Amino acid sequence: MLVLAAAVVYVVSAPLRGGRSGRLEAEETAEHAELTAARDAKYSEIRDAELDFRTGKLSRADWKAQDQALRAEAIAILRRLDTLEGREDGGGRPLS
Amino acid sequence: MLTLGRACLILALAVSVYGVGASLYGARKGNRAWVASGRRAVYAVAGSLLVAFAVLEAAFLRSDFSFELVAGHSSTTTPLFYRFTAMWSSQEGSLLLWATLLGLWSSLILFLTRNKLREVAPYAAAVLLGFAAFFVSLMVFLETPFARTLGALPAEGVGLNPLLRHPSMMIHPPMLYSGYTLFTIPFAFAIGALVTRRLGAEWIRSTRPFTLAAWLFLGIGVLLGSRWSYTELGWGGYWAWDPVENASLMPWLTGTAFLHSVMLQEKRGMLKVWNVSLVLATGVLAILGTFLVRSGILDSIHAFGASTLGVPFLVLIGVLVAGSVALVVSRSRDLRSEHRLDSVFSRESAFLLNNLVLVGICFVVFWGTFFPLISEAVSGSKASVGPPWFNRYITPLALILVLLSGIGPAIAWRRATLANLRRTMLGPALFAVVVLVALLVGAGVTDKPLALAMFVFAAFVTGTVFQELWRGVKARRAMSDDSVPMAVVSLIRRNRRRYGGYIVHLGIALLFTGIAASSAFQQARDVDLRPGQSARIGSYVVTYVKPTGEVVAASNGRLERIDLGAVLKVSRDGEALATMRSRRSFFPSQAPEFGPISRFFEGEATSEVALDAGVREDVWTVVSPDVRGLLPSVKEGDRVFAAAREGGKLSRAEMDVLLVQALRGLAASYASDPPAATFRLIVSPLVTWIWLGAIVVFLGGLTALWPAPSGATRRVSAAYAARVARELGRA
Repeated sequence: MLVLAAAVVYVVSAPLRGGRSGRLEAEETAEHAELTAARDAKYSEIRDAELDFRTGKLSRADWKAQDQALRAEAIAILRRLDTLEGREDGGGRPLS
Repeated sequence: MLTLGRACLILALAVSVYGVGASLYGARKGNRAWVASGRRAVYAVAGSLLVAFAVLEAAFLRSDFSFELVAGHSSTTTPLFYRFTAMWSSQEGSLLLWATLLGLWSSLILFLTRNKLREVAPYAAAVLLGFAAFFVSLMVFLETPFARTLGALPAEGVGLNPLLRHPSMMIHPPMLYSGYTLFTIPFAFAIGALVTRRLGAEWIRSTRPFTLAAWLFLGIGVLLGSRWSYTELGWGGYWAWDPVENASLMPWLTGTAFLHSVMLQEKRGMLKVWNVSLVLATGVLAILGTFLVRSGILDSIHAFGASTLGVPFLVLIGVLVAGSVALVVSRSRDLRSEHRLDSVFSRESAFLLNNLVLVGICFVVFWGTFFPLISEAVSGSKASVGPPWFNRYITPLALILVLLSGIGPAIAWRRATLANLRRTMLGPALFAVVVLVALLVGAGVTDKPLALAMFVFAAFVTGTVFQELWRGVKARRAMSDDSVPMAVVSLIRRNRRRYGGYIVHLGIALLFTGIAASSAFQQARDVDLRPGQSARIGSYVVTYVKPTGEVVAASNGRLERIDLGAVLKVSRDGEALATMRSRRSFFPSQAPEFGPISRFFEGEATSEVALDAGVREDVWTVVSPDVRGLLPSVKEGDRVFAAAREGGKLSRAEMDVLLVQALRGLAASYASDPPAATFRLIVSPLVTWIWLGAIVVFLGGLTALWPAPSGATRRVSAAYAARVARELGRA
């Protein structure tokens, strides 16, 4: 039992002893993760809209309109991601 | 070993408390080392609890009666299969199972998110460790699984409750507890997201597999409980709106609502307040369900009886509710929806309605479950609410729910025009009308309008699902050269959430069809029959052929029970259909005041149901033998054995041999000259559809849960990224 307790203490305290210092990533990385999630969700929406069209739930005209709107939203997210990545890379122009 | 088990619990408690502090400190200070240490605390808690779990299981398996729990819930005659699961037939053992599962799932999610959700995860870890600390402290201070048997060690344990000797009962608690503990994962991450105001889609995406797994496990647990009730309990039903049944259903209902409405948040940034409220409510309901079983506060066949755990659980629930409400209110500005509904005719609307119905059902179940308690608190007298009350309010809501299960898949996201709706719903609607006509004309189903409505709506759902599959396959084949089977596989593989969901809806349609048919058209009667006599039920004739009597010993040779039963023959229109066997098993009481023979009739008794299950209908019967005629022989036998024991002329081994002979003689005398036995006879249509529907739901859930192949995801993502990038260049 003492061995188990010692092992637990050793494992749990390892990060405090092992020089794993540093702060949690800045807010921008959290924002990057959220934008990435939003981008993936938007791509999923674009695919869903196409599948809705191909399975007859949307007319071609309705699908085209939705697809255009969704792609515009995706573009906006990509722009924000580019800006963020440009900032995280030390500034300069946003990546294309 | 008792000491080792207790020590593991104390260690787990200490590490949990440390982990809460380390995680919170690391999160507040932004210090990765403390956050990592808090995460490792979760792993260490899981490890300690696993050791404790293994110690207790080993004690059950080797029938170590120095463990009070083993002596009170197992015996050497309990089959090995059930000795393994006897641990969670007890209050203390089930607490240990709950905490161990919580540790395992918590470790998994924190391992998977170790490089992401870096602001949210530490708070989630703190919440999960807080739950662990609560449950472990219950075991350390109040209901320890590692209590030592007081006094001399008994030669034999009390044994497992015979009602629980059923395969479903082996799996039912681990499934339920897996569901409850998995629901604490999205709960904890929702708290973390609210605290850190990181209320985007990332925490939802990361916890979605756990939410879906929770829903799946809890659903399986609920269905296994129903199956056990139907095949073991001897009343012929599968759902009685029992408080503990309801306790497991409520988080499943709100979890189902959350799984739907969260899609609106992911896609449109809508319903953020609703979603966090739902997931927090689901977590609280999971704890509430655990509370209902632990405290014995409501009468139930399942409850462990009044215990010391009621107050701590109430405090925890109070803290969870107050904390959740405070967090949601304080973050209301961050939870504003990004978009509004584009149209009433949209999948978003259907999901919203579906949510309202599911929450409405949950509210009805909640009110009906807690009404006796509220009534007692207010008026001093305990009112009871039975199945008719529940059915009156839930049946119409269930009808709407099934109908929405068909509408949802057939309607587009954002906006559907009337022309689109006509195109997608006409086929399934026509199919439903055909079914309606067939039932009215062919089956003569006219006097049960609610059941008829359910059949028609289920047909509509079935039509929608198959239409969606067919159209998707056609679209897939238009884009590739796949054969039909390959196109089906490819379509589902690329759209697991969507088509997994459709398969679940199909399963729900089957399940509710079975429930409606077996509820509305069941025929039941109780009859007294002597051997050779028959009774009619529906179109069947059930004949009592002969009685049976048997003494059963366990694998180690010790007497386990006496079985008194019946063989029946089922026929229809003169044609023999099945031979059925039902029995009542009498297990001996361990109380010292009973004699060696009478203790078999003073202990637990279970019924073995005779079931002839078919796709169209089930014939169900159970026997209640009349043992009053045996009682004079039982008394005389006790007197003879008492005299022999006092005389001291017979050894223990010789007494055991004579006891077996006496019991066999008793069983044989019942079989040779039986009094009339009481039989409950039931014919239930389409019960098998309930279990089949549950399997389909399970397969659909598994499909939705299965991770997409990463290569395909990358290729698709890259292709779309390129397309969108091209658009960006032209914009």
